[in-house]
Amino acid sequence: MDVLEVRNIMETYQSDNGETTALKNISFSVQKGQFVSIVGPSGCGKSTLLSIIAGRMKPTAGEVFVNGEKIAGTSPHIGYMLQRDNLLDWRTIYKNVLFGLEVRKMLTPETEERAVSLLKNYGLYEFRDKYPAQLSGGMRQRAALIRTLAISPDILLLDEAFSALDYQTRLTVTEDVYRILKKEKITTVMVTHDIPESISMGDRIVILSARPAVVQEILDIDFEDPNRTPLNCRNNPKFRTYFDHIWKELSSNETITGLSGTNSIPEKEDPQEMADSLVPDRNFGRI
Amino acid sequence: MVVFNVIWELSARFGLIDSFILSQPSRIWNTFLAMAQNDLFMHVGVTVYETLAGFLLGVVFGTLLAVILWWSSFISKVSEPYLVVLNSLPKIALGPVIIVLVGAGTRAIVFMALAISLIVTVLEMLNGFRGTNREYIRMAATFGANKRQIFTKIVFPYNISTLFNSLKINIGLSLVGVIAGEFLVSKAGLGYLIVYGGQVFKLDLVMASVIILSIVAALMYEAVALLEKLVLKWYGH
Repeated sequence: MDVLEVRNIMETYQSDNGETTALKNISFSVQKGQFVSIVGPSGCGKSTLLSIIAGRMKPTAGEVFVNGEKIAGTSPHIGYMLQRDNLLDWRTIYKNVLFGLEVRKMLTPETEERAVSLLKNYGLYEFRDKYPAQLSGGMRQRAALIRTLAISPDILLLDEAFSALDYQTRLTVTEDVYRILKKEKITTVMVTHDIPESISMGDRIVILSARPAVVQEILDIDFEDPNRTPLNCRNNPKFRTYFDHIWKELSSNETITGLSGTNSIPEKEDPQEMADSLVPDRNFGRI
Repeated sequence: MVVFNVIWELSARFGLIDSFILSQPSRIWNTFLAMAQNDLFMHVGVTVYETLAGFLLGVVFGTLLAVILWWSSFISKVSEPYLVVLNSLPKIALGPVIIVLVGAGTRAIVFMALAISLIVTVLEMLNGFRGTNREYIRMAATFGANKRQIFTKIVFPYNISTLFNSLKINIGLSLVGVIAGEFLVSKAGLGYLIVYGGQVFKLDLVMASVIILSIVAALMYEAVALLEKLVLKWYGH
C-alpha cells in the first residue's frame, strides 16, 4: 500500500525577472516501511518539495496523499527532522523528547511510555536527566529522532538531517538512524545532496533535475543483502554502479542546462571540471 | 575601604578637608545612630517600598508590552518611533506632568520609577524575543506549534537570562526614579532626607542618607541576582 503519494506537484514563485518554476510535475509514491532518498543538484527545490509534503507549504498545483487522504495543512501523520538537532538547551533530554507530544497536545501516560521505551531501546535512558550540552553530536541527533518518533508519525521526513555533523559522526549516526527506522518500520523520505548517503540508506532514489526540477529517474536500489546496513553496502560492488549511474544522471543534466540555458555556464567550460566542482570529493563512496 | 575611611577621618580632623561639606566618618556614624533611634527605618522602608512597586510594575508592564510588540509586527512598526523617542527622553522632565496627572504623593513617585524603567524593559525584552534562535522556532513549527506555543515553549524560556539582565538594570533605574520623585514631592524616604538635609545644611544627614541608599541599592541588586540563580537552577541552565 502506498503510504505517501505525491501527484503532479508544481511550484512557481515570483522573482525579479518574472515567474520562476521551481518544481514541475513531480510525482512519486512511497510504500509502507520504504526508505526513499531524493537527490538533486543544490538549489533544485528538494527542501521545498519536502515542505510541501509536510504540509507546511501549499504547492501551486498538485496534491499530496497520506494514507490515501489528501493533506491540507500540517499533517499529524508526518514527522519532520531538520539539519540541526535543535534540542532545547534548557530542557533535559527527557523533556526534549516529550516536546513534540506537548506541542501536539498528545501527552498521555501511553505516549509518555512510548517515549520512555524509545529512550530505553536506543540507549538514551541513562541520559534522560542530562542536558543537551552534555551529550555528543551523535547522541543529540538520536534524541532528536526519538523526539520525532515519539509522536508516532506514519512518515518521517529528513531534510539533510545529517549534513551538520562531521563525517565520522555522520557515518555512525546514519547507521544508528537506519537501524532504528528499519526496526520501527518507519516510512521515510530523505532529502540529501550527498549521493553515497542516498544510496547507502535508500530503497529507492528519486533523482531530480536542475531547476525547473522534474523527476529525472526513479531508481530502485537492491543490494541483494538481507543484513544490509548503510556501512556494509558502501563496500558492496553494486554501490559503485549505482553511484556512477546517479552521478551520470545528475551531471548530464547539469551539462544540458548549461548548454541550453540562457544565462548559465559558458559552453567552453570543461564538463568534468564543472562536475568536480559540484561534488568536492568523488571518492565519498569508497571508504 | 578601612584605609579610605581612616584617611577621610584624619584629614577632616586635621582640617585638610572641610568637614562641614564633606563630613567625616565619625559624624556620619553618629548621625546614623541618631537617625536609627528616630525614624530611619520608616524612611528606608518608604523608599524600598516605592522602588519595589515601580520595579514590579515596570517589569510586568514592560514584558507585557514587549510580548504584544513581538506578537504583532504591525503594532511594533507603528510604535517604533515613539519608543525610540521616549527611550532617549529624560523621563524626569515629565515630573511636573506626572504630579499633575496622578497627584503629589507616593503615586507620583512610583509612577516616576515606572516611567524610567518601563521603556528600557520593553526595548530590552523585545530585542531578546526577536533574537531567539530561528532554528528552534522552525523546529517547533515542524511539530505544528502555534504562535502561543512558540512563545511559551521557545521564545520565553530562551529569554530567561535576558529577563534577568533587564531586572538587574531595572532595580537600579527604579531607584533612580524613586529618588528623583522624592526630590520633587515627598514627605518621607531617603530622597526626602537628602533634599531636607541639603536645605537645612545638615550635610552629615545627606552623607549618611547617601551611604544608606547605596547599601539599599546593593542589597536589592544582590536579591535579584540571587533570584536569578535560583530560577536558572530550577530551569536547568
